Amino acid sequence: MGFFDALKFSKLKEGLNKTRENLVSSITKLISATGKIDENFLEQLEEIFIRADVGAEATQTIIENIKKKVKEVRYETQEELQTIIREQLASIFVPNKYEEEPLTIPEGIKPYVIMVVGVNGAGKTTTIGKLANRYKEAGKEVFIGAADTFRAAANEQLEVWAQRAGVKIIQQKQGSDPAAVAFDTVQSAQSKNADVVIIDTAGRLHTKTHLMEELKKIKRAIQKSHSTAPHEILLVLDSTTGQNALQQAKLFNEVVGVTGLILTKLDGTAKGGIVFAVSRLINVPVRYIGVGEQMDDLQPFNSKKFVEALFSSSS
Amino acid sequence: MFETLTQKLDTVLHKLRGQGRISETNIAESLREVRLALLDADVNIQVVKDFIDTVQKKSLGQEVITSLSPGQLIVKIIYDELVKLLGTEKEEIQFSTTPPSIIMVVGLQGSGKTTFSGKLANLLKSKGKNPLLVAADTYRPAAIDQLETLGKTIDVPVFTNRKEKPLSIAKQSIDHARSTMRDVVIIDTAGRLAIDEEMMQEVESIKKSVQPDEILFVVDAMIGQDAVTTAKIFNERINFDGVVLTKLDGDTRGGAALSIRSIVQKPIKFIGVGEKLDALELFYPERMASRILGMGDIVSLVEKAQEKVDKEKAEKLEKKLQKSEFTLEDFYDQLQEIKKMGPISQLMGMIPGMSKVQLPSDADEKSFKSVEAIIQSMTLEERQKPNIINGSRRKRIAMGSGTNIQEVNQLLKQFSDMQKLLRNAGKGKNLGKMFAQQFKK
Repeated sequence: MGFFDALKFSKLKEGLNKTRENLVSSITKLISATGKIDENFLEQLEEIFIRADVGAEATQTIIENIKKKVKEVRYETQEELQTIIREQLASIFVPNKYEEEPLTIPEGIKPYVIMVVGVNGAGKTTTIGKLANRYKEAGKEVFIGAADTFRAAANEQLEVWAQRAGVKIIQQKQGSDPAAVAFDTVQSAQSKNADVVIIDTAGRLHTKTHLMEELKKIKRAIQKSHSTAPHEILLVLDSTTGQNALQQAKLFNEVVGVTGLILTKLDGTAKGGIVFAVSRLINVPVRYIGVGEQMDDLQPFNSKKFVEALFSSSS
Repeated sequence: MFETLTQKLDTVLHKLRGQGRISETNIAESLREVRLALLDADVNIQVVKDFIDTVQKKSLGQEVITSLSPGQLIVKIIYDELVKLLGTEKEEIQFSTTPPSIIMVVGLQGSGKTTFSGKLANLLKSKGKNPLLVAADTYRPAAIDQLETLGKTIDVPVFTNRKEKPLSIAKQSIDHARSTMRDVVIIDTAGRLAIDEEMMQEVESIKKSVQPDEILFVVDAMIGQDAVTTAKIFNERINFDGVVLTKLDGDTRGGAALSIRSIVQKPIKFIGVGEKLDALELFYPERMASRILGMGDIVSLVEKAQEKVDKEKAEKLEKKLQKSEFTLEDFYDQLQEIKKMGPISQLMGMIPGMSKVQLPSDADEKSFKSVEAIIQSMTLEERQKPNIINGSRRKRIAMGSGTNIQEVNQLLKQFSDMQKLLRNAGKGKNLGKMFAQQFKK
């Protein structure tokens, strides 16, 4: 019973089995092979974390914590050792208020405005399509704002997703002011008494100062049209990303204030271990994970299950 | 905020100063820092291990040059090794002898295939080719629209068929290119996961059917440890010819470049450095090596190291000057150093003595060539003791250097003037020190 089984995700089972054999089961194997914590064990554990993109620094912290913990708490069996390591890992994540349904709309907020940001190719538009679908299925009225006015055919892509989810999309032509699109979307959602607004933004590298300024402007435009909005600013991270995700998170957070993370493309061979360090760095929870290209392939993030995935056996 | 690798290494290796050679014990800690730096740069852990082994082997027993800190020396070894691994040869696209040449673009979702395809078409067009873009990504919503928009921007036709599957689109596009006189076909395929069997079979069948001259694997430069897994599977399945690293305009250190290069042994051919359609560059291993090791500071370090080497030489020279041992041989060495530093006309004035002895005021590389040639035509003994150069020797030297006796005479005269001047200065003011000072900066 691993993480992915829990998600009822069998489509890419063959591939995932491969993943498990290669990496995911390594901790379990490691523990049953050595059974006790020594330098060799820790070194191998370190390697497993590095391979999962946890990052050298975060890995060292985790290993230090594990070392401390096993000194405090005596463990008798391998299972107990596993539990200690698992708990240490899971404890790194900032807890989600509503883990089962992360972005539950608080009482009295209408519309609930979500702004989605991230670097190019992280999977923002796809994620928005899936997120819109989730709210729609929960009976909410959803408006999507196509504020990626830069990338060729971004509108068209979002439109397809909006149609699939059966939600309304507000857009202008390519090259128009994204802040204006965001403003319009919130305005029309308000006038139509909609429940949720999701604003898509163009992918931008966090190092492009002018584009980050533009993001600020979009946020201000949203604030202008609704004083408490945006209520959630989601940073979309590609799980294949390595240590650069830390820089991304740091800068996006500085510029617009990130409130949650979404980890995409977890259906491949990448482990997405970087979320440990990212969540710790900017102190925000991971809300969802993306595990495929279908409408319903967006799952609430569960830290215990995520850690479980690193331990699950290849059965 | 973050310590750079060089700083870290200098701290670790501080105690190494004064030890003559790099040994297994004194290098261990520094290699740990290097390891961390490479891991932070997302170099694959297996590649890091192998790399560290190589560097260790190369470093052991290396003499620690007094002017370079051991840290700098190790970084230099690492840097050189990295450049070597990243590839030194210039890599170009393979074109077919019978047009159209077919280029196929593959990779993971979101790696930047479509944007790259547009950029490549733009580049080839500027080089006088007639490219045809082919939109064969029928999966991602609006991928075809995206390529069509890009094609319009750069004025390159885009072929697609919204009713067909990718394989037939690819097949049809070749005929279309022939009939419309297009000499390069760039096929943009859908993003796919390496473990998605169905999608991998599709890309294999496209390859088999269109027989591309070049397959380019596009990878996001920000990719982490997974770079190796993905590149390996793609390479096993479709045996690509080259790698394109995208999104290098960000601040990622791009260790994936090293991982992929060393695991699949395929050259990196292009790098994407921006969203504009002309933001495509050829790959330079030196720049990438600097970047992996921590951005620009390595380049400046290596430069500094070089400066120090020069300084060491200058100090030796200073001693010689004080002892009045400055020979034509030293003069020759000095010319070589000067040539390295830049335009000679600018540098001459900086060197005490030189300005006074009046080498040709329009001194340029050419006039230095004849001076060099004259010195090279002398025997070692003549260079050490110019006063033994008599008439017949002068004649021989002139002939050997392709100059005339007047020029040889002029050089010898100037040299003896310079020696006199230096000797006087050496006795009185510390000209030598000034000389050396000039080489520090």
